[in-house]
Amino acid sequence: MLGRLTVEALPFYSWVAMGGAAVTVGGGIAVFLLITWLRAWKVLWTDWLTSVDHKKIGIMYVVLALVMLVRGFVDALMMRAQQAFSLNSEGYLPPEHFEQIFSSHGTIMIFFVAMPFLTGLINIIVPQQIGARDVAFPFLNSVSLWMTAAGAALVLISLVVGKFSQAGWTGYPPYSGVEYSPGVGVDYWLWALITSGVGSTLSGINFIVTIVKNRCPGMTFMRMPMFTWTTLCISILIAFSFPALTVVAGQLTLDRTLGFHFFTNGDGGNMMMFANLLWIWGHPEVYILILPAFGIFSEVVATFSRKRLFGYTSLVYATACIALLSFTVWLHHFFTMGSSANVNAIFGIATMIIAVPTGVKIFDWLFTMYKGRIEFHPSMVYTIGFMVTFVIGGVTGVLLALPPADYLMHNSTFLVAHFHNMLIPGALFGYFAGLNYWFPKAFGFKLDTKWGIRSFWCWIIGFYLAFMPLYVLGFKGMSRRMEHYADPTWQPYLIVAAIGALFVLCGIACIAIQLYVSARKWGSARDITGDPWNGRTLEWATSSPPAPYNFAVLPEVTDIDAFHDMKILGQAYQPPQHYEDIVMPKNTWIGPALGALAFALGFAFVWYIWWLVALCFVLSLVCVGIRASDDNSEFVLPAAEVARIERERLAQISPADMHDMHDYVPRGAASGAPLTGTV
Amino acid sequence: MNHSAERSLSTYLTGFVLAVLLTAIPFALVWGGLLAGSAVYAVIAVAAVLQVIVHLVFFLHIDLKSTPAENLFFLAFAAVLIFIMVGGSLWIMMDLHHRMQ
Amino acid sequence: MSAATILEEEQKHALHSREFGFWIYLMTDAVIFALLFASYAVLAENSAAGPTSNDLFDLSRTAIETGLLLVSSLTFGMASIALMHDQKGRVVQWLFVTLLLGLAFLAMEMGEFGGMIEKGAGPEVSGFLSAFFTLVGTHGLHVAFGSLGIVVMIGQVLVKGLTAPVRSRLMRLGLFWHFLDIVWIGIFSAVYLPGVL
Repeated sequence: MLGRLTVEALPFYSWVAMGGAAVTVGGGIAVFLLITWLRAWKVLWTDWLTSVDHKKIGIMYVVLALVMLVRGFVDALMMRAQQAFSLNSEGYLPPEHFEQIFSSHGTIMIFFVAMPFLTGLINIIVPQQIGARDVAFPFLNSVSLWMTAAGAALVLISLVVGKFSQAGWTGYPPYSGVEYSPGVGVDYWLWALITSGVGSTLSGINFIVTIVKNRCPGMTFMRMPMFTWTTLCISILIAFSFPALTVVAGQLTLDRTLGFHFFTNGDGGNMMMFANLLWIWGHPEVYILILPAFGIFSEVVATFSRKRLFGYTSLVYATACIALLSFTVWLHHFFTMGSSANVNAIFGIATMIIAVPTGVKIFDWLFTMYKGRIEFHPSMVYTIGFMVTFVIGGVTGVLLALPPADYLMHNSTFLVAHFHNMLIPGALFGYFAGLNYWFPKAFGFKLDTKWGIRSFWCWIIGFYLAFMPLYVLGFKGMSRRMEHYADPTWQPYLIVAAIGALFVLCGIACIAIQLYVSARKWGSARDITGDPWNGRTLEWATSSPPAPYNFAVLPEVTDIDAFHDMKILGQAYQPPQHYEDIVMPKNTWIGPALGALAFALGFAFVWYIWWLVALCFVLSLVCVGIRASDDNSEFVLPAAEVARIERERLAQISPADMHDMHDYVPRGAASGAPLTGTV
Repeated sequence: MNHSAERSLSTYLTGFVLAVLLTAIPFALVWGGLLAGSAVYAVIAVAAVLQVIVHLVFFLHIDLKSTPAENLFFLAFAAVLIFIMVGGSLWIMMDLHHRMQ
Repeated sequence: MSAATILEEEQKHALHSREFGFWIYLMTDAVIFALLFASYAVLAENSAAGPTSNDLFDLSRTAIETGLLLVSSLTFGMASIALMHDQKGRVVQWLFVTLLLGLAFLAMEMGEFGGMIEKGAGPEVSGFLSAFFTLVGTHGLHVAFGSLGIVVMIGQVLVKGLTAPVRSRLMRLGLFWHFLDIVWIGIFSAVYLPGVL
């Protein structure tokens, strides 16, 4: 009846495991009680969970990412604490628990922090940046969100029922095969990946179609804001690389569940194919995480330098180059597998080439700042911190791209330091910059800057303290993922790294305090114009938070930085001649239902509860069938209602709230003159 | 993929005849044992590629003029990526296989 | 503009988007198949102690399967032509013929799989057989979903008539069906024919 699920699966075997389970269950109960106490269940269900509004879906993605960031960071803290003390001793974590922690840390940070964070920001902003009322497939968007949430839920429930994978976030066989990992851990990992991977693929397709088909009149490809460009590129990367993850995860699942021999040690399996297929997905994935952050940095640096982005065209081409090249370097993740010199050399050279367009971008941002009137808003400070720190990571990356050097540093803490050096400044700082930059757009009031700056300093100091020692330790020969060690000269470095983790803890606390403080005094920090930073792109033309339809009348665009030009020319905040009816998608329960079914399906597969697998499968088909035959999924918002909302908004804006644009002159196509002079 | 062009019976029939021919050639070669060695593989590969093109043109109605540019772009992009992924994988794995012996 | 015309405009745009989105989905599916082909190519020689492709493949069966799929592509084309001429009855007839051909293909494939498993050549025997069953089985699964799609669309044509959304769905289903035939070209060229050489 319950497959291999028995009472033994509950975590009564160790205090640490029970602690983790208690926090998870306790957190769930606390949230449940809070919502009940606020009597918010109905609002939550009708306005949020069933919503197909891209802004709300985006906010839910970001909330999911922040919750999982805390979970993933607790893992990091536990690892740092273990290694700080485990010189010639067991530390406080047994090996099998330590292994689960580094596996879940990587899995969570990649799939359930970075992916939902960037998808959330994209959801909130991109349709507004291209002057659209919605994404191409609003319902599919809801399905994507709930598939991702289902994957996250599978990782969370593994803390309470059963165990998580011990095979690292990359899960290489044969260790992740059923012979060496017979438990449910690897299955949880696989089903979390497959479920969230389906969600990501759907959102990739959704945003390709949105950007290609839904741009407002006049917005040619070369007039799209940089963040939209990076989104288009990563959506293509998602659509074409996630199939590889689906294939490799599916094959390992078949190996484990039905006794296939794709990656087994004997019977004609080939475990090296796993590494090959995994990294065909894995390397583009790195750029999927980083490119949207590059887009955010581009927006932020132009806005807070009060200048047009330097070298827009070169940034576009650099992004496109990175996107294509990211499919040609995957072997550098396994140089040491023993390919011949020719193979390693070609992939090494390709890897070094990919550093070139990335360098182009750094110069473009620096030249944008050059002679600009820089304002040190938290998002700008994060951007500057990123540029300084990311370059160090880039340099160590080029070092690792040399196969002979890689043979020495492979699987050492040098590698760990390198990829954290790319992903913390390169991705996470970008998302935090985006959070500070676009928060008023999503919620209608600004975030506190004091706590924003504090969070930045804690994060950057914490980052350097935590990871610079790991570079040194890598040179001293320390392997990654060590539960304990015997070299006393390592310990001081590991203690410094642990102190760094405590600084990062302060950084996360600052963000929490920032959110709390800002919410407490939101009335005094309201964003009335919808344009708090004198922004340049179309998302600042809508109200904050935007009306459900974003734009009452679709804007027309003649140049990049469209909204900036509108403000200079006095065209912003002007009521249109007349309003029109607007078609809106209706909310639907099918998105969350499919997510719940995906979660149950994954759980049933993990525990071999076959009747539940069949039931979930059939119910999913029924849900899809109900949706497919529903020809009444939209409604019309009448023009009168649109006019009421818009008049109310415009009445609030007094000229004193607007930015003084006297110092600016329109540039490029909007000025009607060729590109001369400086701003 | 195109809405305007004529999808006439003759298009489908031409495609069908060509596809039958391109299927029959490799089957006949293998069955009859007419060729030996790597030449057979070459003929099978060429016939397969040609038949894929026949299907794309006559059944999926891909053509350079009337198919939307974005559809063509993604078709070409997929072809390039499949080439990189499959070609790269085989190159890497054959190389490893060779060095394992 | 009245609400009805706005809805209609919106619907037209939405259908175009869906057709484009479906095209991208097909490309991603093509990548999945490409990687399954790559896996098969890597594992094809690894029959361990089990039977090899020469012991198992029966080219005459493959030829018939190939014929069934190829003819079904033609019959779906007939349905598309009938759709263009608004011949509702013809559309249903040709879809029904296509469905029968698809089911016949599936029956043959299931017979083949069943026979192999009976002979002790199931997917759990060797790397070669794992890759074979996964590649060919994934294609078969797609044909099964395609057949289900045809059943649903026959129902929609009969109930709703040839409305704009129904036409668009039929067009997308056609793309899917022709796409599966292309994948099959890969399967007989990369799996069955080299397998008996």
